[in-house]
Amino acid sequence: MLQAGEWAYSETLKEHFMNPKNILQGENTDDFDGVGMEGNLQCGDQMMVVIKVDKEKDTITDCQWKTYGCASAIASTSVLSEMVKGRTLDDAFHISPKEVALELGGLPDHKIHCSVLGDKALRAAINNYYTRNGQEDKVKQEQAKVICQCMNITDHDIEDAVLEGARTYFELQEHTKCGTVCGQCKDETEVLLEKYKHIHFGA
Amino acid sequence: MADMKVYFDHNATTPLHPEVKKEMIAAMEMFGNPSSMHAYGREARANVEDARRKVADFIGAKENEIIFVGSGSEANNTVLSLFVCSSSQCIPGSRRGTIITTKIEHPCVLETSECLAHQGVRVKYLNVDRYGKVDLDQLAGMLGDDVGLVSVMMANNEIGTLQDIEAITKMVHACGAYMHTDAVQAVGKVPVDVRKLGVDFLTISAHKIYGPKGVGALFVKHGTPYCPLIRGGHQERGRRAGTENTLGILGMGRAAEMRMIEMPEEEERLLHLKQVLQQGIEESIDDISINGHPTDGLASTLNVSFTGVEGEAILLYLDLEGIAVSTGSACASGSLDPSHVLLATGVDAELAHGSIRFSMGRESSMQEVEYLLDVLPPIIQRIRNMSTAYIKGGLHAASR
Repeated sequence: MLQAGEWAYSETLKEHFMNPKNILQGENTDDFDGVGMEGNLQCGDQMMVVIKVDKEKDTITDCQWKTYGCASAIASTSVLSEMVKGRTLDDAFHISPKEVALELGGLPDHKIHCSVLGDKALRAAINNYYTRNGQEDKVKQEQAKVICQCMNITDHDIEDAVLEGARTYFELQEHTKCGTVCGQCKDETEVLLEKYKHIHFGA
Repeated sequence: MADMKVYFDHNATTPLHPEVKKEMIAAMEMFGNPSSMHAYGREARANVEDARRKVADFIGAKENEIIFVGSGSEANNTVLSLFVCSSSQCIPGSRRGTIITTKIEHPCVLETSECLAHQGVRVKYLNVDRYGKVDLDQLAGMLGDDVGLVSVMMANNEIGTLQDIEAITKMVHACGAYMHTDAVQAVGKVPVDVRKLGVDFLTISAHKIYGPKGVGALFVKHGTPYCPLIRGGHQERGRRAGTENTLGILGMGRAAEMRMIEMPEEEERLLHLKQVLQQGIEESIDDISINGHPTDGLASTLNVSFTGVEGEAILLYLDLEGIAVSTGSACASGSLDPSHVLLATGVDAELAHGSIRFSMGRESSMQEVEYLLDVLPPIIQRIRNMSTAYIKGGLHAASR
């Protein structure tokens, strides 16, 4: 007979959950050069990332965080805070959820969406640093692009639906109602669907 | 104390009662088909019928009113599915095409109801108050000559709230509809007498009463219209096809028998444990709220929301300490929504994500409660320390 199996999570993830690194102690963020927050409590996930920056070299010297969320949310912010130290702002800005998941030794599919907030919060913190330091020109907004004009569905909505489990055009329509009126956006939506499946699930 | 193991998830499932285990092991060699006329078959038949008598006795039913099925979910599916049959031979569902149920039922009732709605059955859902009690005024307003069946769970699996099934049944019968109660969480924890309740259908599951998994029973009051869900065999007097799960049924019979003996003395002890647990949590942890009814609930079930912490994190940190509980958080369920039961009681989505259910059972001890009370406060403190949501003195302070 088999004994109790391992958790649904990898050993690396479990280690980061048991001993999270770089938690921001207390509430004071004054010592940090950039602060970013993403997510909301109603949905069950919220992450705050704060960074210290070496202004000469444009590199991140310290990264701390707070997370409201499940084990994979906690572990992914913890591992992200380790990954970014020493990286340039530009390099750190481009860390993808997939890299975070890889560093954690993989995440179950239904947990991917718990881990995407960390890198979003990091980007918000980097943008916050740029804004504070008179470098607004470097701020990169993640502006949403409307794909389905009829239902006002953006590429972000489509990405969220993929993260929430939509894998086919039909499932995407069930999640977002995209393309349910005139249907002209179908081709563009299908390209995005494949793109986000590839980015987040390597599919 | 790292070696201590605490199982506080009895509403999910229970361990086999030692007596049940003993009897099932002794019966392992019994392989006959109860439908066979030879000695092997007659041995199996005798044991199935003996179990039927024990289950019937336990809930005050007659033996021929008990149908053994594969699970509580199957029993619930069977009852609800009576309503899509348009034959005039069947339950008068064809003329009374409305089903009333509640927003806090088990998914096997809710999802079956949704499916029936697609097939043309009208389904109405009763609201519950903040304690999880069904709104009887709303029920009175919904009842009419279009209603064929009302299905209300007796005890809620997540928050333990008990409904007044006797009163509800009277209202339902007065309008000429049939009454079903999913009593999976109530049977074995509180006295259940089908005659006193007056119900037409009642669902029981073996594994919630220290019996084996994969077997349940459906009580169908004598004379109530009925149609099998699984067809093609004469088993269970044609009401549920498929060769009987003889070993499981035997175990269920023994489990019911043991509950009859042990249950009466147990409630007070469990209620005391729950009070100590609740008081201990209230005294050692700030910003918590208790979900469920303060008095009219299961003695064994305590559901607590912890502000600013997500339930799966609590569950897994407790698991590392050898303590098993469950959570209403979305993350633990694989869906994106937190507990539908807590949301129906008006609990904020965030507090639903931070809910933990402690459900105790016959072997739960004061030592276990004390161990939990040692371990839990530092865990909550630790998670709150890393949470964006929780800043002492005010929720959301960090978000501002």
